[in-house]
Amino acid sequence: MKLYCLSGHPTLPCNVLKFKSTTIMLDCGLDMTSTLNFLPLPLVQSPRLSNLPGWSLKDGNAFLDKTELIDLSTVDVILISNYHCMMALPYITEHTGFTGTVYATEPTVQIGRLLMEELVNFIERVPKAQSASLWKNKDIQRLLPSPLKDAVEVSTWRRCYTMQEVNSALSKIQLVGYSQKIELFGAVQVTPLSSGYALGSSNWIIQSHYEKVSYVSGSSLLTTHPQPMDQASLKNSDVLVLTGLTQIPTANPDGMVGEFCSNLALTVRNGGNVLVPCYPSGVIYDLLECLYQYIDSAGLSNIPFYFISPVANSSLEFSQIFAEWLCHNKQTKVYLPEPPFPHAELIQTNKLKHYPSLHGDFSSDFRQPCVVFTGHPSLRFGDVVHFMELWGKSSLNTVIFTEPDFSYLEALAPYQPLAMKCIYCPIDTRLNFIQVSKLLKEVQPLHVVCPEQYTQPPPAQSHRMDLMIDCQPPAMSYRRAEVLALPFKRRYEKIEIMPELADSLVPMEIKPGISLATVSAVLHTKDNKHVLQPPPRPTQPTGGKKRKRASDDIPDCKVLKPLLSGSIPVEQFVQALEKHGFSDIKVEDTAKGHIVLLQEAETLIQIEEDSTHIICDNDEMLRVRLRDLVLKFLQKF
Amino acid sequence: MDPECSQLLPALCSVLADPRQPVADDTCLEKLLDWFKTITEAGSSLLLLQENPCLLGLLCHVLKPQDLSPRVLSFSLRLAGMLAAQEDCFQYLQGDSSLFVASAAGQLLVHILGLSLQGPAEGHPGLQTGDWPVCAQKIVSHIEESLRSAATPQITQALNVLTTTFGHCHDPWTQVLWGRLSPLVACLLEKDPVPAAHSLVDLLLSVARSPVLSSSSSGLWETLAQTLSHLSPTQAGPLALGILKLQECPQVLRAQAFAVLLQPLTCVLEATAQAPGLLDSLDGTGGASVTVDTLLPSKAACVGLLCRTLAHLELLQPLPQRPSPWPQAPLLGATVTILRLCSGSATPTSDAGGHLCAFLVGCVRVQRAALDFLGTLSQGTGPRELVTQVFAVLLEYLTSPDSSPTVLKKAFQATFRWLQSSPETPGCSDLDPHAHLFLRELLPVLPKRLCSPCWEVRDSGLEFLTQMIGRWGGQAGFRRALLASEVPELTEQLLRDPESYVRASAVAAMGQLSSQGLRVTPASPEHPGGQQKSLLAELLHILSTDSEGFPRRAVMHVFTQWLRDGHADVAGDTERFVARVLQVASQDLDWEVRAQGLELALVFLEQTLGRPSSHCPYAVTPPVAAPPSSLAQALRPLCRVQLFEFAFRALFDCDRPVAQKSCDLLLFLRAQTASYGGPQGSGSVPEVASVEAALQRWQAGDQGQPLGYLEPEVVVAVLRSMDLEGLRGALAESSDRVEKSPQSLLQDVLATVGALGEDEADCY
Repeated sequence: MKLYCLSGHPTLPCNVLKFKSTTIMLDCGLDMTSTLNFLPLPLVQSPRLSNLPGWSLKDGNAFLDKTELIDLSTVDVILISNYHCMMALPYITEHTGFTGTVYATEPTVQIGRLLMEELVNFIERVPKAQSASLWKNKDIQRLLPSPLKDAVEVSTWRRCYTMQEVNSALSKIQLVGYSQKIELFGAVQVTPLSSGYALGSSNWIIQSHYEKVSYVSGSSLLTTHPQPMDQASLKNSDVLVLTGLTQIPTANPDGMVGEFCSNLALTVRNGGNVLVPCYPSGVIYDLLECLYQYIDSAGLSNIPFYFISPVANSSLEFSQIFAEWLCHNKQTKVYLPEPPFPHAELIQTNKLKHYPSLHGDFSSDFRQPCVVFTGHPSLRFGDVVHFMELWGKSSLNTVIFTEPDFSYLEALAPYQPLAMKCIYCPIDTRLNFIQVSKLLKEVQPLHVVCPEQYTQPPPAQSHRMDLMIDCQPPAMSYRRAEVLALPFKRRYEKIEIMPELADSLVPMEIKPGISLATVSAVLHTKDNKHVLQPPPRPTQPTGGKKRKRASDDIPDCKVLKPLLSGSIPVEQFVQALEKHGFSDIKVEDTAKGHIVLLQEAETLIQIEEDSTHIICDNDEMLRVRLRDLVLKFLQKF
Repeated sequence: MDPECSQLLPALCSVLADPRQPVADDTCLEKLLDWFKTITEAGSSLLLLQENPCLLGLLCHVLKPQDLSPRVLSFSLRLAGMLAAQEDCFQYLQGDSSLFVASAAGQLLVHILGLSLQGPAEGHPGLQTGDWPVCAQKIVSHIEESLRSAATPQITQALNVLTTTFGHCHDPWTQVLWGRLSPLVACLLEKDPVPAAHSLVDLLLSVARSPVLSSSSSGLWETLAQTLSHLSPTQAGPLALGILKLQECPQVLRAQAFAVLLQPLTCVLEATAQAPGLLDSLDGTGGASVTVDTLLPSKAACVGLLCRTLAHLELLQPLPQRPSPWPQAPLLGATVTILRLCSGSATPTSDAGGHLCAFLVGCVRVQRAALDFLGTLSQGTGPRELVTQVFAVLLEYLTSPDSSPTVLKKAFQATFRWLQSSPETPGCSDLDPHAHLFLRELLPVLPKRLCSPCWEVRDSGLEFLTQMIGRWGGQAGFRRALLASEVPELTEQLLRDPESYVRASAVAAMGQLSSQGLRVTPASPEHPGGQQKSLLAELLHILSTDSEGFPRRAVMHVFTQWLRDGHADVAGDTERFVARVLQVASQDLDWEVRAQGLELALVFLEQTLGRPSSHCPYAVTPPVAAPPSSLAQALRPLCRVQLFEFAFRALFDCDRPVAQKSCDLLLFLRAQTASYGGPQGSGSVPEVASVEAALQRWQAGDQGQPLGYLEPEVVVAVLRSMDLEGLRGALAESSDRVEKSPQSLLQDVLATVGALGEDEADCY
């Protein structure tokens, strides 16, 4: 069993598991931090950006892809944990010769589609006149200004995919529900479990009859909108692959939400605008819910909230229809019937308005001071670029970063100097290390495998021993482009016995509750299922090639020696020897059993747990005598 | 006992003795005991038993093994003990599985032992226990047997009996008893682990506190020293604290106890490799240094021990007998380090420190305990550098989004205490420059806290603000900083907070801001034409419309303070203000608001009559006009604001404190009017009669009819004709005296039992 680690990003994992005869890809996250090396794509021509000296606006955005560690066309299935971890899917399904199936839950697919659609839309609506790629040449890259010249593996950066590629990739997905058992080639069974992190987010169990691998990706134990995490089903795993922990282990989401609300209120009260760069789904639902409860108490009822995204409308509506994937509280609301999320009421009362882009209706409705939620959190493309340019000059305004995926300082770099206030309130509801240690205590896997970042404290806080996985035995760590042999051997395989064969068996009880029987059969293996079938009846050899060959196949049943079982009690054995005239017997204890020495006869009898050896010098008579004495203590059948 | 109760008693006893009729509420059993206690104290227990044989029946009945509830058993035992105080004729039970019964039985033993040794005949029991009465000897050998037992519960009971004995009785015979039993107690220390350590500590402290036992140095101090070194750190803490609290105690033992108490903090300092100077002074107190791994091995142990240690030191700090020299600097250093470990900002330099950090990060319990102790430490001084660290760590907590609401509250409290104790600049009562700098950093944090979505945070932020303004509102530096911030404006917005506690705190804060002239004047360019309501109008609005009591009470407090201080908004037209407030307050459903209305009325009355208040020695002298020349003239303003109508209504208030307060006010007023001489004019007798008739109706519960404007003469006449003293006497009796009567109690118990039966019937 091997694990190929294609991503070094712990929250955007991409691993391939070879288990029995299957090749399973676990997630395909897309690390977009390389976009931070590019200039923002402005919606309207920005003289400031285009006049920056020494920079060029010519290249399209590119994304980091994986190294070729494994031939991706050999991947049988891809299991997706949540919509953030499927953003690289088109690169894999469309360009690698992949012919397998992708499994994901319905909300994952639908919201994943929204995220991809938004991404493609953001990039495509500002088309490039030309693109350049010569700079990817190492010799030229070396001449570029920092940090570009320090960027690694730029050759693997890719252009953004198209909508056709997205649609084609998504068409390969098969929808699954929580706890649904999916057979893969009869060899293994995979099951998605609720992971509590996002709508439809899953952890996966990959198991055969005797082995169980759990794959834990982004999971949360906090009570937010999704169904709570299913921990119990992770118990008794041989290996637990643990990825997708919180990216900000020192920030408590509750505290951060408080910080978010307070800063928002302070800015708006002073007549400033608030910009929240965010993804169109996920934490935004929780933020809107918090604000719903907060705005009245903070006297903000008259402040408009704008949500601008090409998929804003779908995102808000989708969230309301996935009732079965929501936490219990929200589910019960559906039966009242009420919309599970209060943002429906915010929309009804005109407090929250959503627009596909800042062009069109928005420009006529736009009223300040206001709060704007829009993408992309990298500040490199999407409507957020415009708002940064618009509001950046006034210190009354505030940009509040809530998504933890990008360094906010790097994101802000091209906008400097900036007068607007910047607040960093990363809200990451995924597991923190305390929760992980509780989880591991609870589910007790035999082995834990995780990205190497989780096995030591973060570099910036090397003294925080609490910010790492602490388990026994210590977790096995992996890094990008590594192949890990998972630390357990398969020992058993399940084999079925045909009824007629089973009928013919004559079990013999060798000790109470345990019976044995010898089986002569043909082992038939097909589709990873093993069946014992009755041997063909021996037919009279009547000559002819065909028959002869058939009789060759018949196992040789006639020369069967009886099978032995039981153990030899040394003291009684020695007594028996004495009775049969042997004297001068010495018994030595060894690590594995005993050695009985017959000094006179210069003979050794080695008795071990699973073998007995009689060593004597060319005295076959003596050996047979001794053998018969040994056999008296064993059962035969 | 009155005959009515005697009649009810047999029924009660049979109910109690019947396990099928459970007594639902054991508070009534407590009340019964209280009642029996008053009876036995007043008369003979024997007579009580003879007159009420049912009691004896009950006591005999409970001694039979049966399925009786522990409540009734405990009640009976305690009753028996109470009666035994005179009769000395009851058996005892001990070792019952019920904690209550065991404790009652233990107490009974103590009583019997005490009684048997101070019986009238003996006078002075012998110095040998052999000379003691048989009963006492039996008890002593029972205790000895228990102390030798291998079962911890038995040892615990024996120790508890001794603790109670030595705690209550300081007769010379206790010395004999301790002399005989102390070797057995010392033997317990040789066991590992020490059994019943908690009870053992209690016993030893009880012995050490007993003047008879501690003076006769019978190895007590050695035993205490030995115990300190044998017990686990967690168990030794309470003992160490107890020793340090003793008035008389050898210095060596005190040093040892203090070292034990300080051990966990020494560990913290060691693990984080603090400046050696700090360590030395903690270490120098004599204890052997212990490593973190042994003292603070697991998270639970570490958190528990640190919390207890901090709490113990907090108790010790203000005591006169606290160890001297008090290691203020190392304690400050350790507390700051703990707080920084909890917030994750400390950088431990050793493995042990790393473990400690992992245990403590984000631990709210330790944070609370440490902040409490840090606040207490503000009473002493510290090196400049450490004080800087204190303010830095406080600021860190006040700023951090991860501080939980309770931690934040404690951080605010500690901050105020430290600011309060920071040295004042000579010749000026303003904050010292150091604290000023701190304040400049703190003030930007406060607005964020006032906007928190968590109401507890908004509330504690406002409380802190109110305290700060109260203390430094007059100081130029503070005023400048505050006015430059958004705090005053935000505070005003919080008057409309959805949470009533926050509104109440905002009312108090606004009252302070306004008193100090710190309320931001409106009509800024951003609010064109924004004719802001006056604060007085806004508070009056809250008083008359707020649905919760807390904000309304807060408004009344602010108004009273404003009136007392001669606040500008009030001084303009005081009469109108008082009239309006009293009118609204009289209709309030909350009795505290009405009571506070009387307080305000009293202030007004004192100001009007020109007498400085005797009730409020700290009040600013109000700007009073020269005393009016005639009584009528003096009373006229009171009549105009309808103060009398308010006070008379309050006199018959259904809430006793309001009525009492009103009665006091009217009595005070009558005394004042007396000083103006005899009645003036007597032509208004019919009016007096009609007022009196109205008051009688009010007293009868019909408060509908208003009195209208009353002439001063009528008021004086009514006041003089009323039996205010009698009323005060009646009010002084507890209003629930009827409900508290034993007869009602007995009826209640029986009724509950009856009701239980009825409920059962209902079920079918």
